[in-house]
Amino acid sequence: MKTQGFAAGLAATFTVLSTSAAFAVTEIQWWHAMTGANNEVVETLSKEFNESQSDYKVVPVFKGTYPETLNAGIAAFRANQSPHIIQVFDVGTGVMMAAEGAVKPVAEVLSMGGGEFNKDEYLPGIVAYYSKPDGTMLSFPYNSSSPILYYNKDIFEKAGLDTENPPKTWPEVFEAAKKIKESGAASCGLTSTWLTWIGLENFAAWNNLQYGTQENGLAGTDVELKINEGLFVTHFQNLADLAKDDTFRYGGRTSEAKQLFLSGECAILTESSGGLGDVLKSGLNYGLGQLPYYPEAEGAPQNTIPGGASLWVFGGHEDAEYEGVAAFFNFLSQTEIQERLHQVSGYLPVTLAAYEATKASGFYDENPGREIPITQMMGKAPTENSRGVRLVNLPQVRDIENEEFEKMLAGEQTAQQALDNAVERGNAAIQQAIGN
Amino acid sequence: MSPRVTFPNKILPYLLIAPQLVIVGIFFYWPASQALYQSVLREDPFGLRSTFVGLANFRRVLAEPNYINALQNTAVFSIAVAFVAMSIALLLAVMADKIIRGRGIYRTMLIWPYAIAPAIAGMVWLFMFNPAMGTFAYMLRSSGYQWDPLLRGDQAMVLVIAAAAWKQISYNFLFFVAGLQAIPKTLIEAAAIDGAGETKRFWTIIFPLLAPTTFFLLVINTTYAFFDTFGIIHAVTGGGPGKATETLVYKVYNDGFVNLILGDSAAQSVILMVIVIALTAIQFRYVEKKVHYG
Repeated sequence: MKTQGFAAGLAATFTVLSTSAAFAVTEIQWWHAMTGANNEVVETLSKEFNESQSDYKVVPVFKGTYPETLNAGIAAFRANQSPHIIQVFDVGTGVMMAAEGAVKPVAEVLSMGGGEFNKDEYLPGIVAYYSKPDGTMLSFPYNSSSPILYYNKDIFEKAGLDTENPPKTWPEVFEAAKKIKESGAASCGLTSTWLTWIGLENFAAWNNLQYGTQENGLAGTDVELKINEGLFVTHFQNLADLAKDDTFRYGGRTSEAKQLFLSGECAILTESSGGLGDVLKSGLNYGLGQLPYYPEAEGAPQNTIPGGASLWVFGGHEDAEYEGVAAFFNFLSQTEIQERLHQVSGYLPVTLAAYEATKASGFYDENPGREIPITQMMGKAPTENSRGVRLVNLPQVRDIENEEFEKMLAGEQTAQQALDNAVERGNAAIQQAIGN
Repeated sequence: MSPRVTFPNKILPYLLIAPQLVIVGIFFYWPASQALYQSVLREDPFGLRSTFVGLANFRRVLAEPNYINALQNTAVFSIAVAFVAMSIALLLAVMADKIIRGRGIYRTMLIWPYAIAPAIAGMVWLFMFNPAMGTFAYMLRSSGYQWDPLLRGDQAMVLVIAAAAWKQISYNFLFFVAGLQAIPKTLIEAAAIDGAGETKRFWTIIFPLLAPTTFFLLVINTTYAFFDTFGIIHAVTGGGPGKATETLVYKVYNDGFVNLILGDSAAQSVILMVIVIALTAIQFRYVEKKVHYG
């Protein structure tokens, strides 16, 4: 009852908003989930675009967290009041893709703006993630990130570790974490944000392991999870063992663990490159490294898969409005804009030209480590295991995985049991979601 | 004087209650009917395809072990919140009633937390007890206690109960203070003259005479624990760790708004509606009989 009232309230709010939209200038509604510094970027971009021409006006509206924004968009669509552009986080990609008829592929929108859409201008790893199996790009990559390793140089020095060369493989990371804990240099050696995104989805891609059947869901929706075997079990059992004496500390399901790193409690952190802004702001003496891998994995390190969010266009609007959306996306693709976005936020540039320009400007020489998320993603041509993970209900599957991890880290079950349960419950949830 | 207010105009009374009726209609009956409708459908999130499935959603929900888990959590949570919030409030009210000097200040300060939104109350407790940044969490850990509500379900439950109860104490306090003031002083004085001690006076006179207030608060606190604590749970634990603090309301939200399984979510809200109607009916039917309205 409560939630129903909530949805009705949302719809009512939007009706009020949209009635004021009938002016000569075509208004483009952009719903997003960016807070803090990233919200300022959204505001600035919209302002710059609006000042650069007089036909269209982009109106950014903050809609809460990623899931809240997605839900607001869905509720609005159901009430026939959808915005033109909505920012949807990576795991919502499957949800949006399944909604054929509700969304308009970006490739189509861009060609309506008169311009030709050239896929080759964009970073291949990112485009592949946001495209249909036949290659049609469905959404516009706005903020993409990739998980990397952060370490505290002061603690490394105290523990007698090499401050310039962070550990590269998981066994090396665990050794370093133990040494940090034993030497008392910090109360916890290692932590990680997003155990699902980093520890499973990217772990699979980076170590060239299968996450699920159907090319991890990219080739079809009827996916069976494969995460309860081999290195997945080894890895999580390692984490569970280290958690017993706090050498590994769990921070939470999303990015809470970043706080443990910023406060100096934990010395090593695996986290999204998008978290760099906060690390920079904290003034910590930090270093960056590649996401660790297992040396015994064949072909590792392979490549990482993008996280972050992309911009989706809802169907059912006027042609003139789509032309405006196209103009805005073309504006966003400009090299200067992408270059700036990349350098201030830690998110990846989405076009190759912006990457080349940043490289040429000497930015990576001055800021060592900032190129890592890009080289990680582009270093090798992706395999069937490393193009991405797509499930129609990935948010739900992640919840299930998190619940099992929490029980495992609390010592209630082994890694094998946790992953077996996650697979069993996850598969059942997938079957329900695809309607079987 | 007639005990009933009568209006000479036939339409005016309806006009006067119309705004309330409209609000109840829009914010309760309409969404509730939507929930009933959706609970027999199976739909994709965008509402592009929907099929009538009869009671299949209810069958699936009731067979789900997680639903039983949420039911147990809700029972533990509601009983604990109602008991803690009411007993502490009663204790404080009795204490505050005895104070003569500075009574107003004490009362104002005790009522204060009620003005805080549930989500903020949750954040306050989270900031104090979150293992990553909480001051008290740090103190607990350094005193050797294994405090980790992120992984230990029982501790997480204690934390959300504490936050939810704390916020409700003020409200209960307010009503208990009012209830205490309504008890004739002569009764208490007479008992004192007869030689009844303070404890005896409380249990034999004050507590029974407070029964209407207590009963009213019991209903209010149960509904509060069922519905209004969503913000606290959302901010503090998000239903975790595992599913240790997932209550019925939280599961409705999670299945509907995170997992986007609208049919199941709607079925759960319908069940929840039935539970609350039943609980309130039982409370009024049986508990009220034992209540002494003085």
